[in-house]
This record gives sequence, C-alpha cells and structure tokens, in this order.
Amino acid sequence: MNLLLLNIIILIYLLATLYLGYRGWKSTKDSEGYLVAGRKTHPYIMAMSYGATFISTSAIVGFGGNAGLFGMGLLWLTFLNIFVGIFIAFILYGKRTRKIGHNLNAMTFPELLGKRFDSRFIQYFSGIVIFLGMPLYASVVLIGAARFMETTLAIDFDVALLVYSVIIAAYVIWGGLRGVMYTDAMQGTIMFVGMVFLLFMTYSHLSGIVPAHQALTDMANLVPAKLAALGHAGWTAMPVLGSTWWWTLVSTIVLGVGIGVLAMPQLVVRFMTVKSNRELNRGVLIGGIFILMMTGVAFTVGALSNVYFMQKLGNISINVAAGNADSIIPIYINAATPEWFVYLFMLTLLAAAMSTSSSQFHTQGSAIGRDIYETLTHKKGGKSILVTRMGIIAAMIIAVTLGYILPENIIARGTAIFFGLCAAAFLPMYTSALYWKRATKAGAIAGLITGTAVTVFWYLFIHKAEAVPLGICKMLFGRDVLIASMPWPVVDPILVALPMAILATVIVSLMTKGPRDKHLAECFRGVK
Amino acid sequence: MLGIDDPWIWGVYLLCIFSTLLCLVYGLVNWNKEGEQEALEEKEEEAWEESEEEMQQKELGM
Repeated sequence: MNLLLLNIIILIYLLATLYLGYRGWKSTKDSEGYLVAGRKTHPYIMAMSYGATFISTSAIVGFGGNAGLFGMGLLWLTFLNIFVGIFIAFILYGKRTRKIGHNLNAMTFPELLGKRFDSRFIQYFSGIVIFLGMPLYASVVLIGAARFMETTLAIDFDVALLVYSVIIAAYVIWGGLRGVMYTDAMQGTIMFVGMVFLLFMTYSHLSGIVPAHQALTDMANLVPAKLAALGHAGWTAMPVLGSTWWWTLVSTIVLGVGIGVLAMPQLVVRFMTVKSNRELNRGVLIGGIFILMMTGVAFTVGALSNVYFMQKLGNISINVAAGNADSIIPIYINAATPEWFVYLFMLTLLAAAMSTSSSQFHTQGSAIGRDIYETLTHKKGGKSILVTRMGIIAAMIIAVTLGYILPENIIARGTAIFFGLCAAAFLPMYTSALYWKRATKAGAIAGLITGTAVTVFWYLFIHKAEAVPLGICKMLFGRDVLIASMPWPVVDPILVALPMAILATVIVSLMTKGPRDKHLAECFRGVK
Repeated sequence: MLGIDDPWIWGVYLLCIFSTLLCLVYGLVNWNKEGEQEALEEKEEEAWEESEEEMQQKELGM
C-alpha cells in the first residue's frame, strides 16, 4: 500500500469537496438557500444527493457485512430500497411534498408537517425527535467511515473519527444545503463508479454470476452450528421461518429500514429542492439505477465474500472477521481486490459516509434552528441560521462522542433504529398530510406521540437487542425484557408501533372536527 | 435458477433488477412531463422572496 499516493488522492478529493462546499456558500444568501437549496436544483444533483444521502457506509459496510453473515436474504432490503425508497417515494410522496411544501413555504420536514396541520407543537416536537434520535444514526455512519480508515490507512480509530468530522463541519456549516447537495452529487458519482468495479471484480474473481452463486449455495453445510441454531439456513436461503434470524432479518432490517426511508427527514427535504415534478420524474430513473448499484452490489458481494474466503483461507467471512460483521467488507476489499481498487474503494466509502453525515448534521441543525428555536421563540431570519449552525456543531460533538463509546457490531442496528423510529413517529402523519384531507391536527399529534412512545418503550423494555445493553428494564423490573416468550424479544418495534400510530391517527382524526376548508385549499393548491 | 436453490432468494434477485427497470422506464416515459407548473410557481416564488427580504430588512436592518 502506497500511503503517499492514497493521501494525495484523498487530498484532491477533499479539495474538490471543499470547493463545492464553497460554491454552495457563495450562492446562498437567505434561509431558503441554506435550508432547501433555493428550490431550483438540477434533477441529477437532486437524485444523486438523495441516493448518496440514503446510502451510507452503514449500508455498504454495515449491511454489506450483515449480508456476509446472513446471506443474500438482505436483497429484500435492496428491493424495498428501490421500489419503496425511490419509486414510491418520488412519485407518490415526492410530488405532493414538493407542491405542498411550496404552497406552505416549508423548508424542513417538521415545518411541512407543522404547517400542514397548523400546529407549532408538531413542528417542534418532530424537531426534538429528530435531534434526539438522529445522533445514534449519525454516529454509526461515523464509525463505519473511521473503521475503514483505521483498517486501510493504518491510523488510530479515534484520530480518524476526529479528522473526518472536522472536514465535514467545514462545508456543512458554511455551505448549507447547497454545499451539501453539490458535494453529495460528486460523492454519489464516485460511489457509483466504485461499486460498479466492485461488482464486476467480485463476479469475475469467482468465475461468473452463476458459478459464484452456486459455490455459495454449496456452502450451506458450512454454517456454524451456533448460527444454524438461530435459524441460518445457508447464504443463498432465507432463514428458517419464525426463527430469531428470520425475525431480525424481516422485521428489523427489511421492514424497518425498507419502509422507514419514506419518512426520513433528510431525504424528504430533498423533494422540496426542485422546481417541478419533471425533475422528480427524471430523478426516478437516476435514483433507481443508483440504489441497485449500491445496496444490490454491497449485499451480493458481502454474501459472496464467504466463497472467496473459503477458497483462499478455508474459512467463512464472519470467522475471518473475528466475529465482527462490520469488518467483513473492509477485510474482503483489502484481501481480494488490487491495490488501485483499495484506493478507489476507500474514496467510495469516504464519499458515502460524508454524503450521509453532511445531511444528517444539516438536518439536525435545521431541526434546532428552524423547527425548535424559531417555533418556540417566534424569531425568524438571520438569527435562526446562526442557531442552525450552532446546532450542527452540537450534533457533531454528540455523534463523535457516541462514536467513541458505542460497542462493535452496532452499524447496521444503529441505522435500523433511526429508520424504525422515523417510520413509526412520522409516516402516518406524513402520509395523511399528503393524502387524507380529513386528518386533523389532534389525529396527527396522537399518531406522532403514539409512534414515538411505543417505539421508545419497545426498545427499552421488549426488544432484547437494545433492552439488555441499555439495562433500564433490568433496573426497574429485575429482568432483561418484560415478555420473554418468543417471538416478542426479537419483534422489531416498527411492527407494533407503526400500526398503533396509524390507528391513533385515524381514530382521533375521526373523533375530532375536520380542518378548515380554507386551510386545506391553501395546502392543496395546484395538487393534482 | 442463477445458481440459487431458494426461490425467495433468486426471486428477489430478479425483483431488484425488474424494479430498477421499472424506474428506468418511468423516468424515460415521463422525462419531459409535468414541467408546466413552473411559470405560476416562479411568480409565487418571486413574491415570497420579496416578502422575505422585507422581513429581513425589518428584523435585522440589513
């Protein structure tokens, strides 16, 4: 490994990033520019930015590593990523979000919801949920980036974490959403190139598509007894129906993340950055291909890494990675690909992480500045951008701190938790905001609170993977989880919280007086 | 199929490709559609920008 060459490549990349951040800063003169990039974004920039924000190192390293462990069943998540995350999201959600957001002059996701339901509470409460819930997701993205820098550049994990965060701070704080989206588009392009190469290299290494899959299928008898007991049935088979692994795969990974994407604040806001639905139509094409090449490739390659390691080292991936799924992809890349590709992939991952992190920090900052500070103090204008910038710094400090203390194997789970929380808290309210005129302010609030409260309760007291390490249930009730009988300890909160939030939204809406016609007319002006 | 025995897995492998094709076709067919709202929205936008500037002047004395 030529560290000098790698450092030069990264330096050039960082200079390009900072230049684009500077371009964003130069063309931003008001809060509309800072928060929704002036609403005139090019469809390529919008779609690549959406895709690059959506797909982080967490999706590539964390979930790719999970595919090394679970196998190709994770492709169900790719399917949802494309069909729900792009097709449904852009066409059914994006178009109305853009129009209603424009009608109401909304510049953040909570602001859109708050103004649509004529409720300041919805805006600042949603802002609080985002500001408190997102740090976990933000820090697992940081961990993913820092882990790869640690493995590849042979630098200390803690140093990697710190350097990375400072660079992002520089362009997010000054460049606003324009800076974020310009850099996203460049980073997305790098990611695309990197993943295309990775796919071709892996298949050609393993003698083609069908032989590679066949070799993996033939390894089913090599599943360790410990994993088989949890339901692992091979890397090209779904886990045993109803087993612990099946529930984790289906409820947490596939449903939680697959559906949660619809209500991710940092993605929704992108629909408000384009000037017409035509840009969204074009974005569907770009986004669909992009996502297939991201998670589709990561999960296929992650699973196939087992074949590679078995042929070369006589062992399966998770054993090669010493039990830490997060390390599978980095180790595979370093072992299986030529040196020049390690550089390209390093850049790919750095780009993937930066594009996601930058939006996370921008969203958390705007939650503090626009949704919480402005709503509670009634002060609009210049000061709220200052508060937003301070919010971005605070969000970074929290994420870095969490990055130092979170345990291993956390990347995929941390992502899933935030996606699940967003789905339960926001999705019923967001869907009715766009499609159900009878939904009332009280109904929306009921859904928001129910979704948030049930999700938090479930993580603290029912879902074993979080309840045990957090230890609050043990402290209060003397046992790890409240319901020990299967499948409850492995059922993801989304399966309970989302239906309850939907019910709460519908029932309370029907029990309360419908919204004023005048307000609805303003919200839905021009909506077809 | 494709070297994979479980239909749930080869099925989803194909489903991923088909859903991408769906996005591709949708994008191509609608490439130039729904751009017509621009003119009206641009007017609204201008009015909004003016009011925003006024507000900033009032608040910040800029």
